[in-house]
Amino acid sequence: MAGGDRKYLGGLVRTSEGRISRDVFASQPVYEDELERLFARCWLFVGHASQVPEPGDFVLGRMGEESVIFNRDRNGRLHVFLNTCRHRGMRVCRYDQGNSRKFQCPYHAWVYSDEGGLIAVPKLESGYHNELDTAEWGLIEARVAEYHGYVFACWDEETPGFEDYLGDFRFYFDDYCRTFDGGFGEWEAFGGTLKWRMPCNWKFAAENFGGDYYHNPSHASVDAVILSPAGVEGRHTYDAVTRAREHHKLNVCFPGIGHTARGEYFKEDYEYMPTYQEMPVVEDYFRECYAKRRERLGEKARFFGHGGTVFPNVSYSNGVQSMGTWNPVGPHETEAWRIFLAPKDAPDEVKNVLRHYVIRYQGPSGLTEQDDMENWGYAHEGARGTIARRFDYHYGMGQGHEKRGWPAEWLGGDIYATEDVSEQNQRAFFDCWARYLDTPPSAQGARKNFEAAE
Amino acid sequence: MDSHRDTPELERLLLRHAVEQFYAMEAELLDTRQFEAWLDLLDDDIHYWMPLTRNMAFGEWEGELTEAGRDLNWFDEGKFELEQRVKQIMTGLHWAEEPVSRTSHLISNLQVEEDGEGIAAGCRFLLYRSRNETETDTFVGKRRDRLRRAPGGFRIAERRIFLDQNVLLAKNLTVFF
Ligand code: FES
Ligand SMILES: [Fe+2]
Repeated sequence: MAGGDRKYLGGLVRTSEGRISRDVFASQPVYEDELERLFARCWLFVGHASQVPEPGDFVLGRMGEESVIFNRDRNGRLHVFLNTCRHRGMRVCRYDQGNSRKFQCPYHAWVYSDEGGLIAVPKLESGYHNELDTAEWGLIEARVAEYHGYVFACWDEETPGFEDYLGDFRFYFDDYCRTFDGGFGEWEAFGGTLKWRMPCNWKFAAENFGGDYYHNPSHASVDAVILSPAGVEGRHTYDAVTRAREHHKLNVCFPGIGHTARGEYFKEDYEYMPTYQEMPVVEDYFRECYAKRRERLGEKARFFGHGGTVFPNVSYSNGVQSMGTWNPVGPHETEAWRIFLAPKDAPDEVKNVLRHYVIRYQGPSGLTEQDDMENWGYAHEGARGTIARRFDYHYGMGQGHEKRGWPAEWLGGDIYATEDVSEQNQRAFFDCWARYLDTPPSAQGARKNFEAAE
Repeated sequence: MDSHRDTPELERLLLRHAVEQFYAMEAELLDTRQFEAWLDLLDDDIHYWMPLTRNMAFGEWEGELTEAGRDLNWFDEGKFELEQRVKQIMTGLHWAEEPVSRTSHLISNLQVEEDGEGIAAGCRFLLYRSRNETETDTFVGKRRDRLRRAPGGFRIAERRIFLDQNVLLAKNLTVFF
């Protein structure tokens, strides 16, 4: 029975004592609870609207362990369908991308429209004697929310709408969604999705992106190589700026919300710092964008997001503008999917610099994330041993030292902010995770029937 | 017998043999971790490219590979970037390669053509990697190179690597192809 007698908050997850059980990462029953109680309920990232610009365009996505079709129908509406035939479950779409007005099942040839309806069934008359109610047997469709082009989907009717789900975290996700000029300009995904397998539980990646400034020393080798496009110091695009200006490096989370973010708050307004000196077009672009950003956001331009995790499993990185989804494949394996984006109207030179930089930073060929994955993989191994599992992981850094509504009220009155390194974000993530896992599924909430073709 | 020495056929055979020797030597450098010496085999303007591979419908195969210079790729870089990768391994702190991988590069199905633009060499590769205690990866695919004649052999001016995988089954690409 899912759930069993496991207790999450106060049991496996004892954040108030700064402890989390290793079972959270490596236990099969816990994993099964996650699929039922977390992935089936949360808003999950499926893709960006620019991946399906034209009517009929589709790409595959993943929600939890399952394949979904993310498409734009003939009328321009976005859908997310479970990629499984209602007859015997065959995958109805086996192409990573394409353009199609219909999805024909390879097995017995049921045909679904791009709006999800079941539109053709062989031998409907001679086999089914016209007794099959095709209106009842369309593709299984998720709730869909498009937020500044980023598309999320959810299987549960009782989960609040996406904006409520974001809650006060909205300021931070908005900051990510803003183009470099501080406005909500249009982003465009580069062609292709990085997809790869990692030998670790998905939560190692989610919590790392959500607030682990502490692991900076693990990147000593890439810092030594100087990956930053400025070519001066470090591995980040922003390293040139942060070394030169006084700032608070912030970990940000909200009580009761699982979303977590990292970023910088500069103590004073400052002029643009040259970053791409050897590339005049790029340098001009970012200089102009920065001026517009300051004009548009005023004092708020002093906050620069680095990245974070939208609960539970999509991690974003500002600047390199990536969305990395940590899809579970059992407790011990993760299938990571990542897209990268650039402002649609940016000059080609800018897009090229961004594209070039990001694929060398993140992913299996990325100089930085390669070392993260090495650590996640063997940290995961450390969650599996019979003896090892008797000993909790330590999550107590900075406990009791969080500051509320600091350093500026507009960053969120009810935030917890901690400077430099802290594990407050990881604690917030796991508190929220535990609350989901302590709550049994409700019959009403689970989305059962097809409702798209109304 | 001597009369055959200058025939085009023999020329091709000799070229093929030279390229084969060159690839064996290159594999030896990589598999014995002489990465800096390996870098010397790359021309300064090398383009080193490995696209992503998509599952596409019949008739749409031209969209199977992501494009260099435009889309996301596993690699789309030049010599400077490859030098950075080598430098990173040589810090001894690059945890994904520390301890370093054991590799064997197997090259086969060699096809060599020389035209006005230089030498086009195609092959299949099998790159076996073993790390730590039980980590193993097998990378298999096609490689298409542009080679230029140079003192002591060749320089690689272009390397296009087509890995036969959709979801990459390895956690990283810290090895050279
Ligand atoms: S499984 Fe799809 S038509 Fe039978
Ligand atoms: Fe990292």
